[in-house]
Amino acid sequence: MVRSDDILVRIRGLVFAHGRRRIFDGIDMDIHRGAVTAIMGPSGTGKTTLLKLIGGQLKPRSGTVEVDGHDVHRLSRGALYRLRKRMGMLFQSGALLTDLNVFENVAFPLREHTDLPESMIRSLVLMKLEAVGLRGARDLMPAQLSGGMARRVALARAIALDPMMIMYDEPFTGQDPISMGVLVKLIRTLNDALGLTSIVVSHDVAETASISDYIYVLSGGRIVGQGTPDELRRSDSPWVRQFMDGLPDGPVPFHYPAPEYREDLLR
Amino acid sequence: MDNSRIVEIWVGVFVAIGLGALFLLAMQVSNLAEFREQKTGYRLRAHFSNIGTLKVRSPVKIAGVTVGRVAAIHLDPEQYQAVVEMRIQPQYKLPDDSIASIYTSGLLGEQYVAIEAGGSPEFLEDGDEIEITQSALVLEELIGKFLVKATEESGPKE
Amino acid sequence: MIDPLQRLGAASLNAFAKLGRANLFLALALTGVPEILRRPGLLIRQMYMVGVLSILLIALSGLFVGMVLGLQGYNVLSDFGAEESLGVMVAASLVRELGPVVTALLFSGRAGSALTAEIGLMKATEQLSGMEMMAVDPMKRVITPRLFAGILSMPLLAGLFTYIGIYGGYFVGVLLLGVDEGSFWSQMQAAIDFREDIINSVIKSLAFGVIVTWIAVFEGYDAVPTSEGVSRATTRSVVYSAFAVLGSDFILTALMFGE
Repeated sequence: MVRSDDILVRIRGLVFAHGRRRIFDGIDMDIHRGAVTAIMGPSGTGKTTLLKLIGGQLKPRSGTVEVDGHDVHRLSRGALYRLRKRMGMLFQSGALLTDLNVFENVAFPLREHTDLPESMIRSLVLMKLEAVGLRGARDLMPAQLSGGMARRVALARAIALDPMMIMYDEPFTGQDPISMGVLVKLIRTLNDALGLTSIVVSHDVAETASISDYIYVLSGGRIVGQGTPDELRRSDSPWVRQFMDGLPDGPVPFHYPAPEYREDLLR
Repeated sequence: MDNSRIVEIWVGVFVAIGLGALFLLAMQVSNLAEFREQKTGYRLRAHFSNIGTLKVRSPVKIAGVTVGRVAAIHLDPEQYQAVVEMRIQPQYKLPDDSIASIYTSGLLGEQYVAIEAGGSPEFLEDGDEIEITQSALVLEELIGKFLVKATEESGPKE
Repeated sequence: MIDPLQRLGAASLNAFAKLGRANLFLALALTGVPEILRRPGLLIRQMYMVGVLSILLIALSGLFVGMVLGLQGYNVLSDFGAEESLGVMVAASLVRELGPVVTALLFSGRAGSALTAEIGLMKATEQLSGMEMMAVDPMKRVITPRLFAGILSMPLLAGLFTYIGIYGGYFVGVLLLGVDEGSFWSQMQAAIDFREDIINSVIKSLAFGVIVTWIAVFEGYDAVPTSEGVSRATTRSVVYSAFAVLGSDFILTALMFGE
């Protein structure tokens, strides 16, 4: 449990809207260096949007996102790209380049950003693939991989440039228990072995709670609960309770907003 | 790496075929090959009172054989005559009493300059002028002349 | 009464917004030119996908179009006893119109639709987003090489189409129907002007290359990132390309041969 006071990502007063729908309504968040921070919440609360805001792919309506002391949305294009080289992101689908094989996918950021000789690239790629246990799959094409393997390859690619932080977008969704276990273990061990900072966006409560140091629970555009996993398990906030225990009805209603049922039927 | 070599070779073949087709189109299908002949020939001028539909690049022929092309056409502002400049291929020497006429190939074909070689021992040189010319026949003029003649003939009888 | 007006207004605004996005997109794609000069490998790879893989289709289509022209032209011209002009007719139709236009239409069906689908799927599967997060500009890495591969391939393919088409006409006219070989070629050479016809033909196919590839890559990039969105974008890419090619062909022809 490394809990330094060194903050890598600092979010203040973040407001973001998609058309007229407010997705974030004033969010403050601190992500500590070296820790695994989980952002949880029901589907559709804009967890992925939050990662895109941190990565500078989307611009907020107001508020600031600071990564390693830089205000992401004030940076010039060149500076933003330099900052992104130090961030890795694991997309829900893996986002592997479908026309390249596993080896070339992992080599892609190295070839794009460095002028390393071929032999060096080979050793680096094999090292990263070994770390995710897929050195033997280097010649396969992305279409031949299972979902879990594709995510592990994407993880190897995300750490290819030795970034300071990695953002995981729903890493456990749709995985069988074995590959889920593999991913859970990988996220924790890579974080500690490489001295990374990890942000995990997920709604798989048990898995995420087992590896994270700190958890934020989002709902309705606000933070409805935060704390270490133990603190949250003991929390009596109805929002946190509903989410942690998976109750069908509560502050997040079972029904999508609709007119009165009786009225609707009788119309 | 081997794969990218094959790709590069194929692209090389593609570019070569494409450029080759364009080159052959230029040389074999169009008149590009004649441009060089045009540069090498010598220039002659001729005044015509009417050139009909003669155009730049119309052929210049002797006995039906193309020996050159019309290079430029402009109006002599003093005599109100058309000045036709021709480029003749250097291997053809023309006597200085040759006659230039404008004829039509076929009934509806294009017009061209026909040269009838004379008998003089002196040859025309670059920039010289063909003095004796015969203008294009204009259909309306012909019909006009014919009508005048017809009325003259029929006149006395009335 | 007001509703149709509102729909018309919304549709026009959308069309203008899309035109604006398309122009911005082209400007951004052009900023990637230094990148393909630095790494010609990217361009060569796309020339293979776009150009080399279209050769067979273009060559065969050119042959058949030329043969049909030879046959039809012979039937019409022989009524006037002007079979010798067959070479002029075949070459002029191919060089001035059919070569650039038919190549562009075939190209948009073969390569343009593939480009749209490929880029649309890359967007739908977050590959473009993924590149951005790896600090690789997808505009320079993905779009620019494809755009220029299309622009450069088109004149080469159109030249091939035209040349093979003329030989198709030669095959039918001279070898099968007995038109005199000498007048076939000599009348053609007398009538087809290098500057007026051949150069204008190359300019036309370059313009069509820009139009077709631009539409194809933009529709892919602008696609709604779902499988339905990508399939719609692919259809739009082919339909818009056909319209744009035929429309701009009229304008270009009027400018070049109109006087």
